[in-house]
Amino acid sequence: MIFAIARNELRRIFVSPLAWAVLAVVQLILGFIFINLLIDYARNADVGDQFTGVADYMGGGLYGFATIILLLVMPLLTMRLISEERKSGTLTLLLSSPASLVEIVLGKFLGLVGFMLALIVLLALMPLSLLPGTDLDLGRIAAGLLGLFLMMLAFGAAGLFVSSLTREPTIAAVGGFGLLLLVWLMQILAYQDIPFAEVFGYLSLIGHFDDLRRGIFDTGDVVYYLIFTTFFLWLTVQRLDLERN
Amino acid sequence: MENQILIEARQLSRRYGPTVAVDGLDLTLRQGEILGLLGPNGAGKTTTMKMLAGCLAPSAGSVRINGVDLREEPKAAKRHLGYLPEQPPVYPELTVDEYLSFCAGLHGIARADRAGAVASAKKDCGLTQAGGRLVGNLSKGFQQRVGLAQAIIHRPPVVILDEPTVGLDPIQIREIRTLITQLGQSHSVILSSHILPEIQAVCGRVMIIHRGRSVYNEPVAHDALAAAVTVQLRRAPDAGALLALPGVARVQELGDGRFRLHCAPQADPREAVAEAAARGNWGLVELRAEQKTLEEIFVELTAGDEPRVESPQEKAA
Repeated sequence: MIFAIARNELRRIFVSPLAWAVLAVVQLILGFIFINLLIDYARNADVGDQFTGVADYMGGGLYGFATIILLLVMPLLTMRLISEERKSGTLTLLLSSPASLVEIVLGKFLGLVGFMLALIVLLALMPLSLLPGTDLDLGRIAAGLLGLFLMMLAFGAAGLFVSSLTREPTIAAVGGFGLLLLVWLMQILAYQDIPFAEVFGYLSLIGHFDDLRRGIFDTGDVVYYLIFTTFFLWLTVQRLDLERN
Repeated sequence: MENQILIEARQLSRRYGPTVAVDGLDLTLRQGEILGLLGPNGAGKTTTMKMLAGCLAPSAGSVRINGVDLREEPKAAKRHLGYLPEQPPVYPELTVDEYLSFCAGLHGIARADRAGAVASAKKDCGLTQAGGRLVGNLSKGFQQRVGLAQAIIHRPPVVILDEPTVGLDPIQIREIRTLITQLGQSHSVILSSHILPEIQAVCGRVMIIHRGRSVYNEPVAHDALAAAVTVQLRRAPDAGALLALPGVARVQELGDGRFRLHCAPQADPREAVAEAAARGNWGLVELRAEQKTLEEIFVELTAGDEPRVESPQEKAA
């Protein structure tokens, strides 16, 4: 049942022009960044020493920038997930079907994950195109992609939750973006001289990505993203349950 | 198993903040029955149906579907249920086939059987030609059919339809009605409407809801017992002679040889009146059962401020 919902969600994402527009814009901007980085790297080949290689420079630079674009784009993809169904009345179809709320939320989320995987593939292809000419550190690229994927999971879950709060997709988009940016900016608090500064720093979305981007795989970072995702999915289920009562 | 109870709602209540939308409603649906829910706008029909379909948790009371409690085992209970809300829950960007196939999967139909289920639901709802079209491009009537197909695709014993003919043109209304009547042969149906002839044409039993309470719950009477009989006699005897006839509970003189005889419960005094009139040479010129139409009952029950006062008498009648 989860997969029936997920497949339907994925199909609906891809029949809407929004998804294609998002893919196109993301690809265009990242392509632009990629070429820029490439020219930079070709000009100053001496930045590559024994510590920073082409994978670091190209992959790390590209994926660092990709997080900003994803922050802007993910709320647009998640905004419709529940709010639009509520607006058009199709949510009752799911609620009256023999699928539990957990299955509904997981199904929708999995459909979204399908779209994320498409994005990841596109993001992976760019650095991999350098493979014939350079000695690419695939491990670092993989770590970066894993980081991006985990971050998208977190963005998606938070966006799904915001979408469950309202019946207007645009409000869900604005709210989702605001929420993500806020959690992102918690990093700032880490540099302030206040109590629990480190805790805020730890809670921030961005800090955990930096290690992965640099090729450092820390289980703690992975677990952070997974907990973040699970927490917001759980909140979504709670929100839908509240609506029924 | 002919009269198996498929839906049993007990003391169903639903509050929205201080507003009581449904207040202690009892509802029973047996196999092979088409039950019409009737009520003025805002009477609580939609809320009741949402609760029966499991989209809304009741504030109090319980719902059992095919013997399974909706609160305790929602998944098992909802398997026996098809629900068409007021607004058909369709995705405009999918084709009819894609949409119905998704609904089939959602209701746990195995992948191998889905195509068959989709085809048979389309056939039942007259959608065979429309399979490849986008739902969003269909007319309201056809979208309604898609909604209906969605509700019956898993062949549930119970189908709940919330105002299925709203917004349709007269021909579409007639088609949907025919469809519902056909559905009634193999499914039990609960249908809500505020269109009286529709209920009369389609339903086997009517429940009138007013202010969240059930004020009337009777089979639709095609040859119902009359509540009263009007007679006109040329040579009328005194009222006592009429009162003595079997089945007459009360006699009301209307003047000019006319009487209204209020019937005793479950009695029809017409034959006795005719016989006595012939025997006593009363000169019978008119003998007519006063039958209440659904419309009269509806207006009587829902117009007043105190609907509950009228209902016991109605039931007795």
